[in-house]
This record gives sequence, C-alpha cells and structure tokens, in this order.
Amino acid sequence: MRYLPLTPEDRSEMLGVIGAGAIDDLFVDVPAEARLPGPVPGLPLRATEMTVERHFSALARKNKAASDHPFFLGAGAYKHHVPASVDHLIQRGEFLTAYTPYQPEIAQGTLQVLFEFQTQVARLFGCDVANASMYDGSTACWEAIGMAGRVTRRKKAVLSGGLHPHYVSVAKTMARFTGDVLDTATPSLDGTDLERLIGAIDAETSCVVVQYPDVLGRIDDLSPLAAACQAAGALLIAVVTEPVALGAIKAPGEMGADIVVGEGQSLGVGLQFGGPYVGLFATRDKYVRQMPGRLCGETVDATGKRGYVLTLSTREQHIRREKATSNICTNSGLCALAFSIHMTLLGERGLRDLAALNHARAVQTADRLVAIPGVSLVNDSFFNEFTVTLPKPARQIVHDLAAKGVLGGVSLGRLYPGEAALENGLVIAVTEVVTDEDIAALEAALKEVLA
Amino acid sequence: MNAPNTAGWRPELGEAHIAGDETFTGNRALMLDERLIFEIGDASTTGVDIDPAPAAASRLGNLARSEAIGLPGLSEPETVRHYTRLSRQNYGIDLGFFPLGSCTMKHNPRLNEAVARMKGFKDVHPLQPRETVQGALAVIDELAHWLVTLTGMDSVAMSPKAGAHGELCGILAIKAALEARGEDRKVILVPESAHGTNPATAAFAGFSVENIPATEAGRVDLAALKARLGPDVAGVMITNPNTCGLFEPDLKAISDAVHAAGGYVYCDGANFNAIVGKVRPGDLGVDAMHINLHKTFSTPHGGGGPGSGPVVLSAALSPYAPLPYVKREADGSLRLVEEETAADDQPASFGRMVAFHGQMGMFTRALAYILSHGADGLKQVAEDAVLNANYVLRSLEGVLDAPFGHSGPCMHEALFTDDGFAEGFSTLDVAKGLIDEGFHPMTVYFPLVVHGAMLVEPTETESKAALDQFIGALRSVALRAKQGDPALKSAPHFAPRRRLDETLAARKPVLAWKGDKAEG
Repeated sequence: MRYLPLTPEDRSEMLGVIGAGAIDDLFVDVPAEARLPGPVPGLPLRATEMTVERHFSALARKNKAASDHPFFLGAGAYKHHVPASVDHLIQRGEFLTAYTPYQPEIAQGTLQVLFEFQTQVARLFGCDVANASMYDGSTACWEAIGMAGRVTRRKKAVLSGGLHPHYVSVAKTMARFTGDVLDTATPSLDGTDLERLIGAIDAETSCVVVQYPDVLGRIDDLSPLAAACQAAGALLIAVVTEPVALGAIKAPGEMGADIVVGEGQSLGVGLQFGGPYVGLFATRDKYVRQMPGRLCGETVDATGKRGYVLTLSTREQHIRREKATSNICTNSGLCALAFSIHMTLLGERGLRDLAALNHARAVQTADRLVAIPGVSLVNDSFFNEFTVTLPKPARQIVHDLAAKGVLGGVSLGRLYPGEAALENGLVIAVTEVVTDEDIAALEAALKEVLA
Repeated sequence: MNAPNTAGWRPELGEAHIAGDETFTGNRALMLDERLIFEIGDASTTGVDIDPAPAAASRLGNLARSEAIGLPGLSEPETVRHYTRLSRQNYGIDLGFFPLGSCTMKHNPRLNEAVARMKGFKDVHPLQPRETVQGALAVIDELAHWLVTLTGMDSVAMSPKAGAHGELCGILAIKAALEARGEDRKVILVPESAHGTNPATAAFAGFSVENIPATEAGRVDLAALKARLGPDVAGVMITNPNTCGLFEPDLKAISDAVHAAGGYVYCDGANFNAIVGKVRPGDLGVDAMHINLHKTFSTPHGGGGPGSGPVVLSAALSPYAPLPYVKREADGSLRLVEEETAADDQPASFGRMVAFHGQMGMFTRALAYILSHGADGLKQVAEDAVLNANYVLRSLEGVLDAPFGHSGPCMHEALFTDDGFAEGFSTLDVAKGLIDEGFHPMTVYFPLVVHGAMLVEPTETESKAALDQFIGALRSVALRAKQGDPALKSAPHFAPRRRLDETLAARKPVLAWKGDKAEG
C-alpha cells in the first residue's frame, strides 16, 4: 500500500524488539470475539491512485458545476472568483499539514496568519476583536446566542424572520436542549421585521438576532434596533452571510451591534457543496472573555522578539472542561487562511471595487427580470442578492430552469416548505462571475418557463 | 503592545555593521522574518484586477459604507511572498515526524486534494436542485456506507463539522432518546482521562458530569462504574482506545451494564485509527461514536481545522439522528432528507446541527483515502499504527517512565511521564528540546491522569528509519532532562522564536493590530 512505509522485514524486526510473536499479540486487550479474523467483510480491497481518480471523475461529472452554467444561487453560500494564488498558498505543506499551534515556536506562520485574520475580520465587521474562526456561520450564530446568555444572564433570544432558516433551525435544535427560549418568525414579503423585533425586547431578552442583508437580500439600518437593545440591556447580534457586502454597506459594528458573526465562505473558500466553510465571530473588547473559540494574541519571546500564541485558553474546554464557554475544539484554520489571503489580495480598494461590481450586476439583473410580466421585486434595497415573486410556485421553476442549463436561484419553497405566502418567491444572487450573457440566459429561460 | 518590528531594516547598526551573529536585516539566510500585512500593505493597493462596475443606480438603502475600513492590500507577488515566508515558520507533517498524541498526524495524500478540487465537487452549491448534484450526494452516501460497515453500526449522521460537534450530535441523540422514553436522566459519566471536549459537550447539552476513576492499569474501573449506574444516569462517554493509548478490555461489559441500567454508551472515536478495519465498535455495544475524518481518514489538519466528525449510531439512537441526510430512492436516485419531509422520513430527528449538509470537501478526501486502502489496507493501517507505537514504547521505556508499560502492549500511542527528571526540569523542557532536534513534540500534559504526560502517536505512515531517528533524539533529550542540562531549560535555540511569553499574552491581551490607531 503506497502510503505505508513499513516493509515485511521492518515489521518482523520491530515485533522482535517489542518481544511479540505476531501482530495480534499487540491486540490482546481486544476481546477475542470482537477481533475480526480478516478484513471487514462486505467492502472492496485496496485500489490504485488511477482507479480512485477515475471513480471520482465519474461521480464529479454527474454534478452541474456552477462555473459551467449561468449561475444565480446564494442564500448563505456565494459563488465568487477566487484568485489562483489563494489555492496555491493554502496547499503549502507547512500550512496544510500543520495542526493547532500548540508549540508556538514552530507555528508562527499559522499564528501570525490568525492574528492578521482576526484583525481583518474585526475591521470588516466594525468590531474591536474577532476570534480565530468557528465551524461556519450557522454554528457561529448559535454560539453568539449562547454568549449573549452568559453576558446578560438571560435566556430569551428574539430572532428576525430574515435570519437564514438553516441558522434558525440550528438555534432551535440547540435551544431545545439548553432551555433557551427563542422568539422566531417567518419572513414577510411585505417588509422586514424591525418593528416586531423592537417590540419583542423585554427585561428577559438576552439578545436580538438579525441578518444583514437578510435572507431575502434586504438591508436595514440597524441603529434603531441597537439603541432599543441597549436600552433594555440586551445584546444585538448581527449575522452576515455575505462578507463582500461590507465593502459597500456599513458594518454592523458601526451601527451598534454587540456581536457580529458571519459566514466567510465568499472569500477564498468556494462553494464546496456546503462545507467546509469558515465561521466569523467578532465582538466588543469588554466581552472578550465570554467569547467562544480560539484566540491568537501578540507577545514576545525570551529575547524580546515579537511573536504570537494562542491565548485566553482558560475559557476553553481543554482547561475548563465542563465550565468552558463552548465545547469547540477545532476552528476552521485552513479556510480562515484562504479567507485571509483573499482579503489581503483584495485590500480595501479591491474589496470596495468588488462590492461595487457585485451590486451593479445585481441591479442590472433585477431591472431586467422585473420587466418580465408577472415578475416583481420584493426588495426596496439590496446588495448582490434580491428576491422576486413569480406568477407561480418558484420551486418547480428552479427545476425547469436547471433543465435549460440555468441555475437560476434558490426558491423560498425550498427554504420554507409549506409556507404558502412565500412559495412564489425566488432568491437570486448576482456576483462578479455573472456575465451579460448569463443575465440574458436567465431572462430568456425565465420567460420561457413562465410562458 | 504592537512593538516596533525588530525584523525590519536596522539602520542604527550602520551600513557595514556585522557584529557576532547579528545581520543588517535581522534575517538569517533561510530564516526569514515577515512583518504584518498591516505594516507592509496599504488600503489603496490591490492584487486583484476587477472589471469596472457598469453604471447602475445604487439600491443600498442609504447605507453606503463611507468610513475607511482599514484593510491593507498587497500586490500578487507580495502576497505570495508574504504567505510563503510565513509558511516557512511552521512545522508540518510534510517536513517531518509529528507525533502529537491523540491527534493522529498522518501523511495527507495529495490524491485526496486533487479529487476534492474536481470542479464537480468544489464548485457546486449546497442548494442546487438535486438532479444537478447526484454525484455529490453519491459521495456522501458511499462514505456513509463505509463508515457504517467499518464500525458495525446502524446509521451515520454525516453533518457534524468536527469531533466536538460530533460528540454534541451523539449526546443530543441520547438526550432525544431519553425524552422519547419520558425519562429525565441528568448525569453523564466521564472517565478522568477523557478529552476536555467530553465534559464540555455533556455540560453544553445540559447534563451534569461525574468522573469515574481509573484502575492501576489505566482503564475504566468497571466496579466503580457499575456502582454508580442508576436511574439518574443517562449514559457514559468513553474514549476507546483511551487517552492513555490503551484498549478498554471491559468495554463490552461496560456497555452491557449501562444498557441494563437504561443508559447509553457514547464512544469518543478520536483514537479509531488504532482499530479501524480490525475491530467494529458496534460489536462492543457502542450506541454512538464520532469519527474524526481528519484523524483516522487523513484529511488535512490545516493548522487547526477544518475537521469533520460524522457520528455512527446504533439502532437504538438512529431514529433521533439529525437532519439532513442522504436517502436512496427506489429508482436509485439520491435525495436529501431535510425539514420538509422529516415528518415522514425521520419524525423523531432532533433537528438540524448546521447549515447545509456537512464537510463535503472532507468527505471527498476521506473517501479517496478509504478507497485507496480498501478493507485490507485499513486493517494494515491499524496494525502498523499499533506496531509503531509499541516499538516507540519498548525502545524508550528504559530511559523514560512508561506508567502503563507493565500492563501489556499499548495501542496507537505510547504514554510517558516526567518521573526521574532532574529537579526543575519538566516535560515542557523535553518538548522544546525536541524542537531543536527537528521534530514536532508529542502531546504534553495530556492526559491529566499522569504527571507531566508525554503522549507519542507515531501513526502508520512513518518508516522505521524515521522512528529510529526520533527514538534516538528523544532518548538524548530525556537523558539531558534527567541530568539537568541547563541548556535544555532555554530550548528551543534554533526555532524561528525562542520560548514565548504566554503569561504576558493572557495578562495584557493584544488580539488585533492597532498600530495605526492612537494608543490610549
């Protein structure tokens, strides 16, 4: 087997050093009846690299890749162009095959990247401080709710109807076991639910969770909500699923959000059918000791040279065990690296240019689509994603569009099954990868399938 | 803090100043320091060419971001150089032996990277219509079949994002099963030697955690466990092989006793590498076990993730498995079971743990690894991993204290302690000494059940020559610790940094660069 360096001679020599007669002498602690006499039955045996590659090539061909089609899906995962150097750099063995920087003297590469990443995320979100990443946006969102509970010592969270339904589902799953009380709602096509959120805040409220832009792509000024939260001693949690938006619109931190979490997949990571992604988590300095996840901090070495270490680990499970701020152990290191490299390549100027291009493309697309009879725009405002209503349920339309080679968006019927008021809604994301031809293709295909 | 960088130009030394081992730049040949992007980049530089935006009226709702963000950019060549230079300050498996116990730092095959990057996998959106993602669903289904078969379990929940997330999945399934039985059991029993994630997970799910003691031989004390079982005990969380690197020979008896008392058995599968293809946890009565794909199945550790933690479940817990999962239809096509059809497909599911469907990029890599080995190769993996660990154990037990060496063979990792070191010398010194020898140190100070633990996990992808070199180096460093060599106290001497001041980092946290802001 090509990955196993020991030769038969090595094995017998090593057994001799150990003083064992046969390999099974080393498995004596396994009860005899549980020891398999041979390979696990019912499974194939080893395969060459070429054979494995062919198997995957055949499976990959059964999927329609985003880059091969006019592509307009978003709803929490976005197709952006990732510069070739990003993937090259994250495949450097020193990054790819390192682990958590437990020995900082030989992990300064990872640690400095994390310090830079934390600073980039904090600035993008308009916050003081960010952690070294979480699993993804949905788990970061729940961790934020948990943190708000620790900070406020309250148990009621008010969730906006505009929060991604998967994020709501994750929170509901967790809350069922932790005893947190969630006030949730489905989105309305008539407008966002800022007033409902402000009205729901009371003395028991730990936090309000609002997505920005929301799952339908709408953008609200969060300042009034932040003020209402502050007045009641509750925290405002803003969730950003499209970080590129913050190259164009105000950061939630600038508007008074106490915790800003997000999905960082848009930068560097790619679609990957849903994972691995990278959760972003930022907050105010004063709450840092209640933060979940790993943190990298600056220090000096024995000669006074600047260096970086993992720090404030007394919050974490390997020290605090059952009293930890979270059970989280891994972060999403390699995806955080990809995010950080892409952000460094962009810089502020590139991010703003990219955001402007995304927005302009989305505006162009929206204008073209609403000219189709029966199609209307739900949004007053949007960044690179908006929702239209169609004259019939959007779910089937998505399949019809796919049959014409157009991946045309995410139906609200898929996101909110059984919600009749939403079933004609189609969420359309338009990024820099969308060409004029793609917009024309979507327009033409939509006309045909609605005809 | 954000002290001025000491690695940059140092004009105060003078143009021709070379004193001792000082250099003008602070660099030393291939030892290159690298400043922060905030010190070398600026907001007006970009390494990406972007098409100009077409004219379009803004629909941003008067929320345009007007203030400076403070994100520096670098050109592409500067970016490549920045990260390449940083990478060289890291140790990785590609560079050498990385025996981090309990972390299973094995070779990461590049075939796995190649298949994960096939366009049909990396460039597919999680919410595409199912007829456009049949190949992606087939990867999940095929990997699920392997995991269920290798473990002898009933089903597998694929969506957990990492090991600790998998633990949470298993514990929530147990909690849901108890709720369905109308029972409110509050206690989870956890051995003293457990990973910190175990008690943290149980507490997160609202259980109270009680420790169970270990025997002299480093195993769970079966009698003490049995004595504690009762109607308030929801279950146990046991790591097998355990964190001392030992197989729990009584696991079947433990499972039987826990089941008889109405509880469930969670097995932490972090150490599955020692038994994969050799023993099926299902045969030992386990109800739930997470599998770290980044350990046993070689997906890259990436400097701290992403992980992936599918959870295999017994028939008793399968009805409570989370959404979504992949289901094969009668016509052979695959679909995702999500909230929409949960009432029909999985009415008792405890719900969704994560947006979308799990770590697809890790599934492709793990499946490529599994198919490459096959059932026969995986058995060889476990055997070679255990052989290598025992070779290390027996080669070093004469110089290092092996607390359980007397009780028989170890599994995939060898545990040593600091017993016999000179006054003032610690496990930390040995670890730092190994850095100077060109190795990544073993796991230190874990498990907590022995003093100054050193946990060596060689894995199966090391050659005998690599093991012999490490054994020689560790023997040498251990002898220096026993003899009290003062130079060891200040190791490492040859790494990119000397020992770092972790106390300072925690006492005065500097978690973001603020060098461009006025300091208060």
